[in-house]
Amino acid sequence: MAEEEKYELRLYVAGQTPKSILAIKNITKYCKEHLDGQYSLEVIDLLKNPQLAEGDQIFAIPTLVRKVPEPIRKIIGDLSNEERVLVGLDIRTL
Amino acid sequence: MQCHSMQKIAFFITICHIEKEKNFGIMKSNKEYIFPKTRTGIDGLDEITGGGFPTGRPTLICGSAGCGKTLLAMQFLVKGIMEDNEPGVFMNFEESAKDLSQNVKSLGFDLDKLIAQKKLRIDHVRIEQSEIEETGEYDLEGLFIRLNYAIDTIGAKRVVLDTIESLFGGLSDQRILRAELRRLFQWLKDKGVTAIITGERGEKSLTRQGLEEYVSDCVILLDFRVIDQIATRRLRIVKYRGSTHGSNEYPFLIDEDGISVLPITSLKLEHSVSADIISTGLPALDKLFKGKGIFRGSSTLITGSAGTAKTILASYFALSSCRRRERVLYFSFEESPAQLIRNMKSLDINLEPYVKSKLLHIHSSRPSLQGLEMHLLVLHKLIKEFKPLTVIVDPISSLVTVGSSSEVRAMLVRLMDILKGNGITALFTSLNNGSRNEMADLTEDAISSLADTWIKLRNEELDSGRMRGLLVVKSRGMGHSNEVNDFIITDKGIEILNANKADKIHADK
Repeated sequence: MAEEEKYELRLYVAGQTPKSILAIKNITKYCKEHLDGQYSLEVIDLLKNPQLAEGDQIFAIPTLVRKVPEPIRKIIGDLSNEERVLVGLDIRTL
Repeated sequence: MQCHSMQKIAFFITICHIEKEKNFGIMKSNKEYIFPKTRTGIDGLDEITGGGFPTGRPTLICGSAGCGKTLLAMQFLVKGIMEDNEPGVFMNFEESAKDLSQNVKSLGFDLDKLIAQKKLRIDHVRIEQSEIEETGEYDLEGLFIRLNYAIDTIGAKRVVLDTIESLFGGLSDQRILRAELRRLFQWLKDKGVTAIITGERGEKSLTRQGLEEYVSDCVILLDFRVIDQIATRRLRIVKYRGSTHGSNEYPFLIDEDGISVLPITSLKLEHSVSADIISTGLPALDKLFKGKGIFRGSSTLITGSAGTAKTILASYFALSSCRRRERVLYFSFEESPAQLIRNMKSLDINLEPYVKSKLLHIHSSRPSLQGLEMHLLVLHKLIKEFKPLTVIVDPISSLVTVGSSSEVRAMLVRLMDILKGNGITALFTSLNNGSRNEMADLTEDAISSLADTWIKLRNEELDSGRMRGLLVVKSRGMGHSNEVNDFIITDKGIEILNANKADKIHADK
C-alpha cells in the first residue's frame, strides 16, 4: 500500500441521474476499501457549477478525475468495473 | 396492396412534417414562404444559398484537411459579431484557443479583442486518450453543459463545433457517441442557435463518421484540387433542405480578407441596358459608328495579331473614361503599369495624371500565377472594391493559357455576367492568328459572340511597307462602317486615314 501518498479525487456529475448515483456509490465504496484515510473525494455537480467543466476538460458524465498524484488521470463512466477503476487510478490492490 | 398503403402513410407523414416545419418560418401568404436564414458573412456564399445558412439549425461543412473548414467557420462567427451583432461560441476539438487566435490573426480577425468584449467565446475541448479510461455507462452531458454555459454567458446566436469527429478518436464507445451526437444536434436545434459543424472528408461518405446522417438541413462540401499545378478550391452545396440553392461547384479564394466565393452564372439575361453613348476615346473611331460611339455598359472586343495596336486602342478607351471622370480598372497581363504608362506616353496618350488621381487603376499580374477562377475572383474583388465604370482586360487571351476550353468559355461568360450586372462598360483585347495558338482563337470564338462590339485589327505587308487596317465586325444595336479603315500610328497617336469616307457607308440598319 502506498505510504504517504494521498489521493485527491474529483467526481463530476450532472444532477441526480442513475449513472451519477451509481458512480458516487461505486467510488465511495472503492475508496473505503482501498484508500481508507488516504484520500479526499469531492463530488461536483455541473448543473450547479457549469463553469467548472472547462477547467478539468470534462465532456463526459460521470467523470472521475485523479488530481493528485500527478499525472492527471480520468475515468469516465459509472465506474461499475472495479478492476478498471483501480487500474485507471493506479491503485495497487492488496 | 399493403405496400401501397404504407407508401400513402409515409407520404401523409411527410406532409404533416412539412406543415410542422413551416411554422418556424414566416408565412407571407399561402404559397410564398420565407425560410429563415442567417447571413454567412462570406462573400458570395449568401448569394448561392439564397440568403445564408438555415437559422437555428446546424449546417455541416465537410472537406479534406486544409480545405478551409475552420477558416470558414471562424469567418462565420467573426462576421456575425461584427456585421450582425450576433455573439458566437467556437467549440474547438483540435487546436488550442491560442493557436486558433494566432492562425486567423493574419486575416485581421482579432479574436482576443472579441473575447474581451464578451462577444466571442472559444472553448477548447481537449481529449487526451492516454489519460482517459472508460468503464461503464456514460454520456456527453459534460459537453452539453459546457456548450450551454458558453452560449448563455454571452447570449450566443451562432455556434461552431470544429471538428466534433475528434471525439471518435478519443473515446472508444461508438454506440454511446452516436446516440449522443444525435442528441447534441437535436439539442442545438432546440436551443435555436445557428450552428456550423465541421467534418473531415471520408473515403466513401461525406464525412468519416457519417455526420451527414445527423445534420440533415444543410450540407456544404469544400474541395481542394490541383489541376496542371494550379491549386483551385471549390465549394458545393450538397443539400439544403427546404430551400433552393445553386448546385454547381463554385470556386472560392482564401486571401487576406478571408474566404470569398464566386457566385456565377445567373443564366438569366436581365441586365438593365443604357441608351447612353460614350466615346471610344478616338474621335475618328467614334465616327465609324452610327451613334458616334458605343453604348454605355456594352462590351467591346478588339482582336488582332501581335503589334496591331490593340493596347493603344485600349489606352484611348481608358483615357476617354478618365476624361469623363469615370473610374477605370485596367487589367494588364503583359505589361507592368510603369511600362504601359511609358509606352503610351510616346504616343501622346498620357495616363499618368489619372493614375495619380486614382481615376485609373492598373492591375498587372502574370496570367500563369493563378488558375482561371482565381483570376476571375481577383477581378471580381477589385471591381467590388474599386467600383469602376469601365474595365479593360488586356489581353484576355493570355488568361486562356491557364485553362481548358470549357473552363475558358465558362469563365468568360461569368466575367461578362459580372460586368453587365454592374453596368460596367468593358473592353477586351485578344491576340489571334499570328500566335498560332489554338486556345487564343478559342477566346475569339467564345467572346466574339458575347461581345456587343467587335473590332478587328490587322497588319498587311505590302511592297511599300506595312498597312494597318481596322474593321468593325459588329456592333449590336447600332449601324457601323463596313469598310476596312487604314490607319497609321504617329507620335500623336492613331490616325485613321479614310475616316471621312466612312461617313457615307453607314450600315444597312
